[in-house]
Amino acid sequence: MKRYRSKKVSERISLTLIYTVLIIISLIWLIPFLMLIILSFRGETAGMSADYLFPKEWSFNSYVRLFTETKFLTWYGNTMLVSIVVTVFQTIIVLMTSYALSRLRFKMRKPLMNLMLILGMFPGFLSMTAVYFVLREIGLTQNLLGLILVYSASSAMQYYICKGFFDTIPKSLDEAARIDGASRHTVFLKIILPLAKPIIIYTILTAFIAPWGEYMFSSFIMQNNPDKYTVAVGMQSWLNNATLMSDGYFSIFCAAAVIVSIPITALFIWLQRYYVEGITGGSVKG
Amino acid sequence: MDLNYLKMSPLGKFLFNFKNFFKRLPSSFAAFFKAIPKKLYKLWLAFAGIFVNIGNAAKDGDWKTRTSFAVMGFGLICRKQYLRGILYLVFEILFILYMVFFGWKYLVKMGSLGEGKQVEVWDEVEGVYKPVFFDNSLLILLYSLLTIFIMVAFVYMWYQNVKGNLLSQQFVEARMHLPTAKDDIHSCADENYHKTLLSVPMLGLVVFTILPIFFMIFVAFTNFDQYHYPPGQLFSWVGLEHFETVLGGGISGGSKIFAYTFAEVLLWTIVWAFFATFTNYILGMVVAILINKKGVKFKKLWRTVLVITIAVPQFVSLMFMSQLLAEQGLINNLLLKWGWIDEAIPFLTDGTLAKTMIIIVNVWIGIPYSMLICTGILMNIPEDLYESARIDGAGPVRAYIKITLPYMLHVTTPYLITQFIGNLNNFNVIFLLTGAIPAPMELYYANHTDLLITWLYKITLRAKEYGLASVIGIFTFVVVAVLSLIFYNRSKSVKNEEEFM
Repeated sequence: MKRYRSKKVSERISLTLIYTVLIIISLIWLIPFLMLIILSFRGETAGMSADYLFPKEWSFNSYVRLFTETKFLTWYGNTMLVSIVVTVFQTIIVLMTSYALSRLRFKMRKPLMNLMLILGMFPGFLSMTAVYFVLREIGLTQNLLGLILVYSASSAMQYYICKGFFDTIPKSLDEAARIDGASRHTVFLKIILPLAKPIIIYTILTAFIAPWGEYMFSSFIMQNNPDKYTVAVGMQSWLNNATLMSDGYFSIFCAAAVIVSIPITALFIWLQRYYVEGITGGSVKG
Repeated sequence: MDLNYLKMSPLGKFLFNFKNFFKRLPSSFAAFFKAIPKKLYKLWLAFAGIFVNIGNAAKDGDWKTRTSFAVMGFGLICRKQYLRGILYLVFEILFILYMVFFGWKYLVKMGSLGEGKQVEVWDEVEGVYKPVFFDNSLLILLYSLLTIFIMVAFVYMWYQNVKGNLLSQQFVEARMHLPTAKDDIHSCADENYHKTLLSVPMLGLVVFTILPIFFMIFVAFTNFDQYHYPPGQLFSWVGLEHFETVLGGGISGGSKIFAYTFAEVLLWTIVWAFFATFTNYILGMVVAILINKKGVKFKKLWRTVLVITIAVPQFVSLMFMSQLLAEQGLINNLLLKWGWIDEAIPFLTDGTLAKTMIIIVNVWIGIPYSMLICTGILMNIPEDLYESARIDGAGPVRAYIKITLPYMLHVTTPYLITQFIGNLNNFNVIFLLTGAIPAPMELYYANHTDLLITWLYKITLRAKEYGLASVIGIFTFVVVAVLSLIFYNRSKSVKNEEEFM
């Protein structure tokens, strides 16, 4: 009896400990984002040497300046356009590649998968330099179309997770349909795709989010043309500019960050279930 | 496995495996080289098979088949397979036109990469000097590679054509039904559906990934840099010069700074990938276990708090962190004001401190992901395993080491490998945190925190040394390939030896 009680006490202690740790963790994870939001409401113009967190005067000043003084709206539009178009292309390409590699059997299947594995080991930026010169020859540098081409063209290499999902759909479904006379095309459209809703949403979600955070290629292709920047490149260009930073651009940056985060956060929380299913289902098959 | 192995302590087991891995290394190398002659023989057989097929077509073919050696698809058209025949013919005509009017010009110049420089010529009409372009090394290299690709494709198509013509002849002789144009179109949605599905993705891959990679591999052997920048100047082949530079020859025989930088960057890349992968993984697992523990309430709330941070775009958090941690950033300013420190802490500028900070920030960014993945798998571990462990008197720590960890490692190895490779090429975390910090004197266009990939970026964009950059790119590939191979082999052997449950 005594032993039982001590166990209960120790359990209570361990639970308290866990709660403390969890609360600390949550704070560590949330505080920077709270700081970001607070800083975006700074009303006064503070330079780099500001040594306080809470604004002396709360206002929407930074947001107003963001939309009137800067090219942020253009960048936002650019990124949105690129994201949407790339999402469409990438989703189609990934689905086609995954279906072919998962369901169809042909001589080049294994070599093709190995080829893509090896290609994935090359640093993407290596081929980027060459692509840049090609794009320059056909006049597509500093052009959103060039960026869209670059993002979509190699999307076949992201087949892995989606193929993993297709592999889990029972083959007997296909076979039944094939016996009834359906072609492989019909099987793909009528049987596999309707069952693949979670992975389609996952693909769409990741494809849509990727261009927002991509810096390496877009900064290289758009180099000196601020009208064609994406948000990531544009916002980084503020941070590298000391004159702007002393003119209170830090709070404008924070405001921009808030504006960029809102739709993506909303989208993400809305579709979170599919995202979790996607990463856990596709990437951890023993 | 024998009993001795099972008797060992965990540490002993680990050492045993570790030793074995290195013991096996020479023999596996030997096996690799032993397999080469066999592979070559197989290749030779396949190669010889091609010529046998062509020879058969020449020997057994009637005049229609033989004509199609020169006029592709001729025999097919004669045998009323119009669609296939015409496609072959059109392909041949396009190829000849391409070679005559375009490809040939560039291909012959590939050896020299162009001789005529750009010159200024007085334009009488407009009254200004206008540049006249003769040769452009860049285009010569690019288009001659493209031409070679197209020639290879042509040879393949030609071979298919010869085979196809002979086959259709044999079909006719055997009085079998020849597939008509209608059948061919139908097969695109059925037997040949993979070709329909994969043609567009593969075209994108060839044009935007494979061709550029070949191009850059060739560039590694040229002196393409800002002083040899077409169309103004030409560049030319320099052989292995850049490889010597990277491996210690020094730039133009001078200082060893480049080789030194390469060594440091390479070392840090590997250390970083290792730490970034495992800190995230283990800490993420710990958080997941804490949240999953029986009796903890508001599970959903804790998870959501962390998941929200995934939703905020990574670049936003990274840039914000780089600002907070800057020498004049908010954190330093606050600490100074409160009098906790006397001078700003060089969070991101001092080599070692910056490396530590980057790993910490990466943990902050990465834990929610690994937490999500681990949560799903943790729930799959059968509860009775823990039950029996408890009955046997195992405490929570022991249960973790004996049950949770092996299970997790077993299931998530593929995830770990992809994470590791991803971290080797993790551009955003490094560049957005420390990319703007100027390079110290002792390094060539690199900070102490640069990875191979960010260094590659800087050499390309800031130093404009394209030849050198390609060499770095090739080395990056080699590093990633070797490491993932080791990792992969290792995980396979682990799996075979200790099949879980």
